[in-house]
Amino acid sequence: MILVLLIVILLAGGIAAAVVAGRNPEHARYVSLGSVLLALAMGLGLWPGGDVLNADGAWLVGYRAAWIPQLGISLHLAMDGMSLLLVLLTLFLGVVCVLVSWREITEKVGFYHLNLLWTLAGVVGVFLAVDLFLFFVFWEVMLVPMYFLISIWGHEQREYAALKFFIFTQASSLLMLIAIVALALVHRDLHGYVTFNYFDLLDMDIPGSTGYWLMLGFFVAFAVKLPTVPAHTWLPDAHTQAPTAGSVILAGVLLKTGGYGLLRFVVPLFPEPALDFAPVAFALGVAGILYGAVLAFAQSDFKRLVAYSSVSHMGFVLLGVFAWNAAAVNGAILQMLAHGVSTSALFMIAGLLQYRLHTRDMGEMGGLWSRAPRLAALAMFFAVASLGLPGLGNFVGEFLILLGTFRVDVLTTVLAAIGLVGASIYSLYLVQRAFHGPDDDAPRIEDLDRREMTSLAMLTVAIVWLGLYPQPVIDVAMPSIRFLESIVAFRVEAGLP
Amino acid sequence: MSAAEFLAMAPLLVLAFGCVAMMAMIAFIDQEQTAALVAVAYLLLAVLCVPLAASGGARAVGALLVIDAWALFFTTLFLIGGALVVLQASEYPMPGYRKGELYLLLMLASLGAAVLVSSRHFATLFLGLELLGISLVAMVAYPVGWRGALEGGVKYLVLSGASTGIVLFGIALLYAATGSLEFAGSALHAAPAMPLSELWMAAGLALLLAGFAFKLSLVPFHLWTPDVYQGAPAPVTGFLATVSKGAVAAALFRYLAESGAWKHEPVIDVLIVIAVVSMLAGNLLALLQDNMRRILAYSSIAHLGYLLVAFITLAADRGDVAGEALGAYIVAYLVTTLGAFGVIAHLAAVRRGREPGSLDEYRGLFWSRPWLAAAFTLILLSLAGIPLTVGFIGKFYIFAAGASASHWGLLVAVVAGSAIGLFYYLRIILFMIRPAAGGVTVSSGLPPLTPARFALAVLALFLVWFGVAPGGLIAAIRGAVHSIV
Repeated sequence: MILVLLIVILLAGGIAAAVVAGRNPEHARYVSLGSVLLALAMGLGLWPGGDVLNADGAWLVGYRAAWIPQLGISLHLAMDGMSLLLVLLTLFLGVVCVLVSWREITEKVGFYHLNLLWTLAGVVGVFLAVDLFLFFVFWEVMLVPMYFLISIWGHEQREYAALKFFIFTQASSLLMLIAIVALALVHRDLHGYVTFNYFDLLDMDIPGSTGYWLMLGFFVAFAVKLPTVPAHTWLPDAHTQAPTAGSVILAGVLLKTGGYGLLRFVVPLFPEPALDFAPVAFALGVAGILYGAVLAFAQSDFKRLVAYSSVSHMGFVLLGVFAWNAAAVNGAILQMLAHGVSTSALFMIAGLLQYRLHTRDMGEMGGLWSRAPRLAALAMFFAVASLGLPGLGNFVGEFLILLGTFRVDVLTTVLAAIGLVGASIYSLYLVQRAFHGPDDDAPRIEDLDRREMTSLAMLTVAIVWLGLYPQPVIDVAMPSIRFLESIVAFRVEAGLP
Repeated sequence: MSAAEFLAMAPLLVLAFGCVAMMAMIAFIDQEQTAALVAVAYLLLAVLCVPLAASGGARAVGALLVIDAWALFFTTLFLIGGALVVLQASEYPMPGYRKGELYLLLMLASLGAAVLVSSRHFATLFLGLELLGISLVAMVAYPVGWRGALEGGVKYLVLSGASTGIVLFGIALLYAATGSLEFAGSALHAAPAMPLSELWMAAGLALLLAGFAFKLSLVPFHLWTPDVYQGAPAPVTGFLATVSKGAVAAALFRYLAESGAWKHEPVIDVLIVIAVVSMLAGNLLALLQDNMRRILAYSSIAHLGYLLVAFITLAADRGDVAGEALGAYIVAYLVTTLGAFGVIAHLAAVRRGREPGSLDEYRGLFWSRPWLAAAFTLILLSLAGIPLTVGFIGKFYIFAAGASASHWGLLVAVVAGSAIGLFYYLRIILFMIRPAAGGVTVSSGLPPLTPARFALAVLALFLVWFGVAPGGLIAAIRGAVHSIV
């Protein structure tokens, strides 16, 4: 029940924000902040205590009710360590999003927060749903408010970017819908009844080459979301044109739904086909890492650079998933969390700069270190976090992924490691162009105020924690990784495709 | 005829009596509001008779009609749809034209739709088609002084007449081949009645399908659609797009299912080609339009293309999934499209007859009329098949039907069509978001309830209800499907 509440609080908070905004727009901000904080507190309350590593069963809490019994569809939510971590990331960044919109968004405040909170609700639903139909519903429902966020409050080319974002994701997810429906029908043919339940579908022997095609249907949807080259072209546009909070949600959370989908559905449901497919996935991952890094280097738009760096970083997640061993999967989860935090911070900084300078063009920046020292120092911090400096979260994730991948495919690992060099180049280049250099005696710009400091400090703490002491996170994720691995191992050994 | 048969026909009889009463009434009472009220009352009274008719179980009335769950399900749907159209029309500005006769025509057309879905014999099929089609011609051209309406009416008259002729010829050939006018009797496995009967059969089916494709505005028989959609009064367009096409589709489905004509390989092949071409051409042509009604016209061509998937997959699972897909899609399409034309009609009313035509005239709607824009957004999302709207349930069933018959190529065409469709549906939303040229008058608060707004609210409610909790709807459709397959 608490899982349902988690989603309902966000949905209701969004409506409440829209309603109170009619009287005073400022109230909408407090209402949304309150509801996201409440949801975050409830999420933290679910953190498993005691000896989690040896707890039996990966699932922490669940909820199930009939929804459309005629089609074997139920309102089935369940949370394991992996989804807990991702839900907490979502809600944590949700708080940041509300804070970061405080000054940036001045028009249609109520409707804005409605969309913001509903996007968060959709994402939380995606991480919790274990009924494939329900999963698809959340998967699509998070798109609509996101579309509004980009197309109403975005920058110059918002309509184009929003349209492209929506069409890319929708078209690919319809392919996934075909695969979901076909999977349920395979289950009916084998066991006599239709079901969309994840657990029922997990132990099923998919005949022949069907599995491979169904796997591809799922993979395409998640690969577009992740994103994977060559389906990444929606990302730079959407991330650049979205308002700051929109970019934070997109980069911090929405991309993770792709990685989550691969971990939760693609490999466990279709272990053997996924194994066959791994070389292709490796190639796509490496291509993403290198291509993203090269393109990031070539950007002059601050946000666009960060957007392309996401393409590069998420390539690592793809490697981690398809290497499929404990180290790599652990790394993929950590990478998702750390990338969520560090990239959100960079997008926030881009937003703060745009608010002050009215430009995102790094050619017009330079010398900002002396004009806004606190802002510049934090930007430097998150830039080096993003390039994978040891001691910060991203390093742990990337290191574990490379470690795990090395056991599977050496060449891939070597090529991926080159991406790290690329990351150093474009990250430091970003700092140099935007913050170093002469300031030409330009007037000081307003440095960070207390609210901005608070949100960036939260992100700083998170990334340092992930870098220095990731063990609690690994402990929480471990049972779910073991669960997924045991299923895959069982199915591969049993010769199930 | 026995008493039980009269009971089964109660909805049809009430409606027929209502038509006569209406005719008598409007001859003496020149009161538009009263006429609208009476029309709605008779339509709903007929709906109330449905449980009465259902109480005796499926029942054949002579050789001509069969009142089973399938017939009653669609009768209910179309009569409620007709009543909502009356509510929309009651506010639609048609200065100089008394609407009494329009309501009468609408009742006649609804009666035609009800006969069509209850027919099990070519005679009643034809009767229903004509009752529906001829009333619609008059409805489209009702404001004869409007250029567009007259043009649309004449186009519809000529093409509808021609297509009915083609259907009739097809029926004649089928009769020649099988010696029976009953659906079940005209099955393929019936003994050949005369030499060359295979050939007559094929030709008859081809003509029958061509005629129906005209009525359903499928490519390449779609040419009348945009002009008629654009010219007719908005509520009439809504009625034509939903009740008329839905009834024709439901009747055709019953014919194919009961006669077994779908076992004829070429029938399925032809339908596949028509479906794919309709989906792609409809969506691609809609991209090029700038007029709201023309966009909806081409989008409806595409939607009927999706609907054809249900016919094509009749072979799988004894037709269960196909029938459910057809029912679900017609419900989704009816609710959504009636809503879309309701929005257009309502805007024409509140802008005192200056109906917005091009997309540009929808600018700023989100901020000047937030409730209407919210309803329209829901409608567009439903047309695009986004979850939690009824449109998604329809699309989901189309996918299920296609997957259960393993028509993967067809489904890929559906995906491609949907992706293109998304572009213009979202574009309409973008126009509504953009600030209007002359500044925005922000209004909030619920506008006062009028009949047309009530109709729109009902449709929006159904749109979300069936999208969020489709269990009841699916159960009803299942019951209907079991009576014919």
